[in-house]
Amino acid sequence: MDAKRESERTPMKNPTTVERKSERELVVTRTVKGPARVVFEAFTKPEVFQRWWVPKSFGLSLLSCELDVRVGGTYRLVFSHNGSEPMAFFGRYIEVTPHSRLVWTNDEGGEEGAVTTATFEEKAGKTLLVLHDLYPTKEALDAAIASGSTSGFSETFDQLDELLLTLGASAGRS
Amino acid sequence: MVQYSRARLDASFAALSDATRRGVLQQLGRADASITDLAVKFHMTLTGMKKHVGVLEQAGLVTTEKIGRVRTCKLGTRRLEEETAWLENYRQLWESRFNELDTVVEELQRKEKVDGRKKRE
Repeated sequence: MDAKRESERTPMKNPTTVERKSERELVVTRTVKGPARVVFEAFTKPEVFQRWWVPKSFGLSLLSCELDVRVGGTYRLVFSHNGSEPMAFFGRYIEVTPHSRLVWTNDEGGEEGAVTTATFEEKAGKTLLVLHDLYPTKEALDAAIASGSTSGFSETFDQLDELLLTLGASAGRS
Repeated sequence: MVQYSRARLDASFAALSDATRRGVLQQLGRADASITDLAVKFHMTLTGMKKHVGVLEQAGLVTTEKIGRVRTCKLGTRRLEEETAWLENYRQLWESRFNELDTVVEELQRKEKVDGRKKRE
């Protein structure tokens, strides 16, 4: 009773969690308000999918989106970040179980690409979404993290490094 | 994909907004130092220097390690930091996605209801 009132009083977002489950696995979870059937639809219908997969708040824009959701079918997404060079993400669906499970490959990474398993578990009108990325090796996941860092975070540090260098140089002169 | 942490960037720049802290980073770039060393070098109290080092540590620019009674400061080791930051950025990306997904799913359900009603009519 109290717990129910509590949840009514705070109609807030469900938490998103990300965890490196093992050397080769990355797991993302979130509970979505809505039945699995509808959430599954949001993953499989291109016109719906493209409305949420590429969040505008991240400065991303989707240039094209093709999804052929059936076993052996392929997908291809092209997007750009703040007007940068377009990036393509593509692969194929290995498993398609309506309303409960989708498995696809991420082939843009070549042999180092992860296999993503998305499961949809409905409970009391809500759906627990679990996205599980399995990388072929520990090195592949490390590399994905490192390259991700290079594309943005290291850039930040590079800027800091430059700033520090400049500061150091001017301090030396004075 | 897109890894960008505004919070971290803010923390870094806030840490760098102070001349003493910039000086401390330059000093640590030359050699590791204890908080006491740094306090002496920058003519500060130990408490004052601890605060500055704390801000730098929060921003991930400096790490400290206590050996015996001496706390040694060095420039931040970035690798582990980077993994943590990457995971947080990745989480933020997914959170943005899921927030939009919530809206889309809600809309689809509303539409289904309306369509269902129309069919019954």
